[in-house]
Amino acid sequence: IFVCGLHLPAPGPVLSGLVTVRTSVNMDSGWMRTVLVLLGVFGSCRGLQPDYTEQGDPELQSASGSSKYGSLWPLPQKVQISDVSFRLSVSGFRIRDAKESSAGPSCSLLQNAYRRYYEYILGGAGVKKQKPGKNWRSGPSELTELQVWITSPDSDCDAFPSVTSDESYELTVDQPVAVLKAPNVWGALHGRTFRLINSSVISDFPRFAHRGILLDTSRHFLPIKVILANLETMAMNKFNVFHWHIVDDPSFPYLSRTFPQLSQQGAYHPYTHVYTPADVKMVIEFARLRGIRVIPEFDTPGHTQSWGKGQPDLLTPCYSGSTPSGTFGPVNPILNTTYDFMKQFFTEVSTVFPDGYVHLGGDEVDFSCWKSNPDIKKFMDQQGFGQDYSKLESFYIQKLLDIVTTTKKGYMIWQEVFDNGVKLKPDTVVHVWIGGGSNEEMGKVTAAGYTTILSAPWYLDYISTGQDWQKYYKVEPLSFNGTEAQKKLVIGGEACLWGEYVDATNLTPRLWPRASAVAERLWSSKDVKDISDAYNRLTVHRCRMVQRGIPAEPLFYGFCPHEYKGI
Amino acid sequence: YFRLRSPAPGPVLSGLVTVRTSLQSASGSSKYGSLWPLPQKVQISDVSFRLSVSGFRIRDAKESSAGPSCSLLQNAYRRYYEYILGGAGVKKQKPGKNWRSGPSELTELQVWITSPDSDCDAFPSVTSDESWMTSLFTFYLLGLETFSQLVYEDEYGAKSINSSVISDFPRFAHRGILLDTSRHFLPIKVILANLETMAMNKFNVFHWHIVDDPSFPYLSRTFPQLSQQGAYHPYTHVYTPADVKMVIEFARLRGIRVIPEFDTPGHTQSWGKGQPDLLTPCYSGSTPSGTFGPVNPILNTTYDFMKQFFTEVSTVFPDGYVHLGGDEVDFSCWKSNPDIKKFMDQQGFGQDYSKLESFYIQKLLDIVTTTKKGYMIWQEVFDNGVKLKPDTVVHVWIGGGSNEEMGKVTAAGYTTILSAPWYLDYISTGQDWQKYYKVEPLSFNGTEAQKKLVIGGEACLWGEYVDATNLTPRLWPRASAVAERLWSSKDVKDISDAYNRLTVHRCRMVQRGIPAEPLFYGFCPHEYKGI
Repeated sequence: IFVCGLHLPAPGPVLSGLVTVRTSVNMDSGWMRTVLVLLGVFGSCRGLQPDYTEQGDPELQSASGSSKYGSLWPLPQKVQISDVSFRLSVSGFRIRDAKESSAGPSCSLLQNAYRRYYEYILGGAGVKKQKPGKNWRSGPSELTELQVWITSPDSDCDAFPSVTSDESYELTVDQPVAVLKAPNVWGALHGRTFRLINSSVISDFPRFAHRGILLDTSRHFLPIKVILANLETMAMNKFNVFHWHIVDDPSFPYLSRTFPQLSQQGAYHPYTHVYTPADVKMVIEFARLRGIRVIPEFDTPGHTQSWGKGQPDLLTPCYSGSTPSGTFGPVNPILNTTYDFMKQFFTEVSTVFPDGYVHLGGDEVDFSCWKSNPDIKKFMDQQGFGQDYSKLESFYIQKLLDIVTTTKKGYMIWQEVFDNGVKLKPDTVVHVWIGGGSNEEMGKVTAAGYTTILSAPWYLDYISTGQDWQKYYKVEPLSFNGTEAQKKLVIGGEACLWGEYVDATNLTPRLWPRASAVAERLWSSKDVKDISDAYNRLTVHRCRMVQRGIPAEPLFYGFCPHEYKGI
Repeated sequence: YFRLRSPAPGPVLSGLVTVRTSLQSASGSSKYGSLWPLPQKVQISDVSFRLSVSGFRIRDAKESSAGPSCSLLQNAYRRYYEYILGGAGVKKQKPGKNWRSGPSELTELQVWITSPDSDCDAFPSVTSDESWMTSLFTFYLLGLETFSQLVYEDEYGAKSINSSVISDFPRFAHRGILLDTSRHFLPIKVILANLETMAMNKFNVFHWHIVDDPSFPYLSRTFPQLSQQGAYHPYTHVYTPADVKMVIEFARLRGIRVIPEFDTPGHTQSWGKGQPDLLTPCYSGSTPSGTFGPVNPILNTTYDFMKQFFTEVSTVFPDGYVHLGGDEVDFSCWKSNPDIKKFMDQQGFGQDYSKLESFYIQKLLDIVTTTKKGYMIWQEVFDNGVKLKPDTVVHVWIGGGSNEEMGKVTAAGYTTILSAPWYLDYISTGQDWQKYYKVEPLSFNGTEAQKKLVIGGEACLWGEYVDATNLTPRLWPRASAVAERLWSSKDVKDISDAYNRLTVHRCRMVQRGIPAEPLFYGFCPHEYKGI
């Protein structure tokens, strides 16, 4: 009855599999069907293994029920699941390019995805044992093949994903061949999601184009292994943007070819705690193969203490009375050398990071140091800024934006830059982070005609006892007052995990599955908001991540058939 | 050489040590380096020695009553040899004053067990308040840990240690961690890793809350159907007798007692699946509703079962104590059941169901007493006025800091341990370890005699939200704060010095492969290698 689907990360992969049915005890037939569907989606693959057939186990986790959508997460836009189930041929199952597809075996992105999902599907994507019996007839039909059909002439195989990439796909599971159809590889990557149940048809596309995770590698250095594991998990959740908050006050781990002294002096350690050009390349390619964009953030003029260690005169010297105190403030906005440096630095950044956007920060600028510095005061007078230091900040940012524009990049900025009235290019993305849920600020930004993304309600570094994922899940990004045109300017959001309290020891379980709640909010239809159905699917989705080696923490008491193998 | 020696109470660790610079950029440095928990007496001189990497040995002093046949010590030597030379020290040292050309070499650590009976094959125990004297071995293990904490890496990677004299003993005898393997099953690997980490923090009691409502993973030889029906999975999510043995031996080798908790009469939903008639059938009006409540206290079969079950438990778990739970009994099911009502009338309990609870517990305690075990119970049992043996340990969990309840329990003459302020399953953003650290267990109103009855405390990590994926980083180093409170002197309470030491101690745990989470921003020279 069920099909195991595969879902490819990025813009839309399709993977379908076969599946078997699992039932749960004591239900009338109407119910039973629902249950089968649900569970089948997920557990089907597992059901094939003999040792799983021994007895019924009504639920996957004792604390959870089952959803008629099984373990699909995030929920596709359209799902039809029939009663007919197929078995996945363990030995014979293949994923391959449809003959009509514009992408062939030379498309290494797809080939990589096939390998990854082949292992996930047959290696144990399904998590639950299956009850023998009624639905387990001798010889359910076999599903032997998943064909992947890229329909647009240009498959995008060697390209980088972008905000305009088409991530849609359609998945049809029928015997003996399942077909995953997508305009390009990005959609094909997403199609993996489905381990469809039974014969089924899924047609899917994201509600928002920008679905990101922010990780902070400055407050704690994150080993490459941790970053890659989280990119992999992002793909499992159809996230498509890795917002790499790579440097900040505490450390500067980015090894710049142009200014190597920045990390030599500014990293926690010049060899063990830096990202070399090869590391960065690896992250970008690993992400690309999963349909994930990498947007680096080089936040200025505040949050730059670590920059000053390797770049003398970049930061503003603070004064205590009439003498320099020996401490430093934000980037010094009154020196030409500052802009020369930025020009060279962002030119490098524009070549290292292929994405069309770079995040320029601009948040939380503390004016006290600027106020203490006599040269800055003089400059303020000359410019006629009076006592309004936000004008000085805008002066700096304006020059920076002009510089970055010459590198042919678009930019994202934190909301303060917009709030301060800096003149922005029309394609600027304003990143809203202050306040709680979807808020007034979104109305203001979009009323001014800028595109925007939301993070305010999704600061995952804040923790509390209990199921806070529900709070993240209930956010409706478009709930602010505004016209339809304004709402169209909201292109997505990001879950942010700032680094004060997380490093390699605890980042992954703290992020997942809490960020999965954000993933569904940004991918699925607005009306997908049944919290109890979400709980049931997410519980199983969590176990799937665990089975794939990701230490995603539990939602509540219960168990996974395959517990995490680490400590 | 460096000599680890213990006359009667307390191990002595003497050696050399040096002052170290800060380990994490966000932290300063403590004059006590990275010692955690802080020993009772520490003298560290300026003179440093280099550890001979190829030649360094740990061995029995010739006067020692324990020889190479003491496998407990041999195991410990191996463990700490690796910790010490494999990178126990975490920070580079500033060259300069302490780094003269050609520091002397330290080539040997001698371990000298002074009492005639080395306790080599015994289990650690607590005999009320003098317990810690009875277990010298524990102390030697603790001394080895302390020694390893004195070792640091200089900037050339050489292991060094400063000349020092340390004399140490714990403030409280019972220093425990509660893990809950019922709400989530914890693989043996996770339990062992946390026992290992407990040893690094000088904890000496593993309170194994092994079963509860959600699942019954304990595989009972006498009643195998309990886990067959009551575990999350009858094969993959159970603790076999061999598993339990391994846990106990692994703990013993680290001076850690294993106290199992089999909580009744509440928190027993999972027991009912494999043991029909054990639980009280709840009624909806005049008919059974199909759901069940606490253990059924009015049937003789219940007590027959308990007798057999706890007899098994008493043989499987060697510790002198077993934790019998007794917390949070919900009376609503009992109230709904007509047979229970009738029994209440017969006994003259009126409407006071706590009397029925006490009736049950009293009978249970009598049963357990016949197995020659002492028992621990949650505070409600005491609150309800159940008659307890004088050596009962009352476990205080309700309320916040050290509280009134401690006064009441000790005024009644019972020994007690504190957990109320140390429920580590509650989380919040920021450095909550400071809150745990600031607790003073003896701050309640009471006489000196009463305070002596407080034998320690436990950090509890209940299992609703933790399993193998996140338990270890959630527990450490937050529980380390509790460790120091229970080990070190009352006046060790400088939070900033604690931060500096704990930051380095955290990195040491990480370097030893334990994913202990960060206190705040900064770094460890050797970051965690997992994900």
